[in-house]
Amino acid sequence: MSDSSRAKPYMNPYLAGTLLGVVLFLAFFISGSGLGASGGLNRMLVYVQNAVSPEHIDQVPYLLKMAGGDTNPLDSWIVFLTIGTVFGGFISGLIGRRVKFETNKGLQINNGTRWIMAFVGGGLMGYGARLARGCTSGQGLSGGAGLSVGSWAFMFAVFAGAYAVAYFFRKLWN
Amino acid sequence: MTAFPLPLADIFGHWGSYGVYALIGVAFGMTLESAGFGNSRLLAAQFYFKDMRVFKVMFTAIIVAMTLIFLSSSFGLLDYNLIWVPPTYLWPGIVGGLIMGVGFIIGGFCPGTSLVGFATGKLDALFFVMGVLFGIYIFGETVSQYAVFFNSSYMGRFTLPELFGVSYGVVVFVIVVAALSIFLLAEKVEALVNNRPVAELPGWARPAAGTLIVLAAIVMIVGQPDNGDRWQAIAAESQPRLDGREVQIAPAELLKLMNDQKIKVIPLDVRAEKYYNQFHLQGAVHVPLDEVLAKAEDLQFELANTVIVTISNDELEATEAWKVLKAESVPNVYILEGGINKWLDTYASDRFRKENKIHLRELEQLAYRFDAATGARHQAAEPNPDLLDLAYTPKVILELKRAPVSGGCG
Repeated sequence: MSDSSRAKPYMNPYLAGTLLGVVLFLAFFISGSGLGASGGLNRMLVYVQNAVSPEHIDQVPYLLKMAGGDTNPLDSWIVFLTIGTVFGGFISGLIGRRVKFETNKGLQINNGTRWIMAFVGGGLMGYGARLARGCTSGQGLSGGAGLSVGSWAFMFAVFAGAYAVAYFFRKLWN
Repeated sequence: MTAFPLPLADIFGHWGSYGVYALIGVAFGMTLESAGFGNSRLLAAQFYFKDMRVFKVMFTAIIVAMTLIFLSSSFGLLDYNLIWVPPTYLWPGIVGGLIMGVGFIIGGFCPGTSLVGFATGKLDALFFVMGVLFGIYIFGETVSQYAVFFNSSYMGRFTLPELFGVSYGVVVFVIVVAALSIFLLAEKVEALVNNRPVAELPGWARPAAGTLIVLAAIVMIVGQPDNGDRWQAIAAESQPRLDGREVQIAPAELLKLMNDQKIKVIPLDVRAEKYYNQFHLQGAVHVPLDEVLAKAEDLQFELANTVIVTISNDELEATEAWKVLKAESVPNVYILEGGINKWLDTYASDRFRKENKIHLRELEQLAYRFDAATGARHQAAEPNPDLLDLAYTPKVILELKRAPVSGGCG
């Protein structure tokens, strides 16, 4: 842990974007699959659900695909990509001395409000990401670079949705 | 022969390939965190025009990756057909995107960024991740209520160049130039909102932007390989297999496969419609030779245990179809040895053969006379495999599917 005064500044956004683009390209070049995040979380969740109530899994078609019978929901590339992402974030945070227990929020709300809103927003994100068959990484970045029509429509929708309601939630952040 | 993407599972084994994905994940997490995406307040600033970092990083990444993908495809290094392009389900994608946008401004993260936030100790990211899991849980429980909408407006693998009817290179070039222009605009907007002068770009920014434009222009000029180019690239390897008759399967092998419950056979009948109407195999899919290329994309997404057998009256047209599909990287494609004519020689009744044999004919014409359009109602369309147990040399070897059946968010 380090205090924030020693934290290194974030990378120039265009440089970070270029590096991210190279990583994304390499992911395609090597594996053909691109990047993703919500799919890994999905499968981890289904793994827990399957451990708690396997009968339930076998009744829901959407879950059945991932964990029906003796299918192991963790037996998927995206799960390992997700675990790697967490590790990579931690390593980079250590290098930049940015690993620190804290809550980032606007000045007008307290931590409790921020946490509740983070949970609510996360819920919408998780729900929306499954409906859209991918999140900002899988649909947006990966599909965008591969020139999928649906991914570009999706990306505009995400930005449109956020800009449309940003005004009403300005107190959370300002 | 395009070597990339690599068949990871073949090289490293099933679980070993997952190690590669984990390493890709590490690189992904490191770049996200370095970009500042572990910090929700910084992410949210995007939507008040204070710090357009999200937009800059995301679109820089997209134009860099896109240019490199199509550049390596232009020069035959990378097979774009084997790249995961998310299939388009237009309206579920748009509605899901809008919900995510609202979730973004309320929660301050997206799923990927919340992971690196969580990894660096941000407590709001922890609550966000729990929210994501809850949202996914609710989705799994409710999607069956509106499965029709969830599966609506499906357009398959549908790309922007196909939508606009222009080449991939043109789209790549236009997107690169548009994104770079919008970056300049974004710098001005940030200056205006924060009431400060426009920030100095780092010294490498303009040369880097120039390089990207040049690369995009090269993509546009060189173009993407067409089916003929793709065949040329694999001919050295595939032509000997044709000549060595490694891919021409005997009628008896096809019949056995058609009756194998573990294999899905697609008998791809590439003949003219009149021949197809006169007689075809049970379950044959009729795709005339000139439409085979358009069909290749669908065949990419068949299950891994699918075997495609191209069929014409003799072998000539079936071989052409085989080349087209092979060049498009469709796996497990074979040719029916001797075509329909040999099939009828083998499986039509003695009486039918004696009465209807045409002795003088040209290549790729039917060797038997059909007085009516019997289609698949003919006795030889679905012979009983147990009645005539013929010996043959088995040639079908199921190769592992190389086109990713999942990607993005898996």
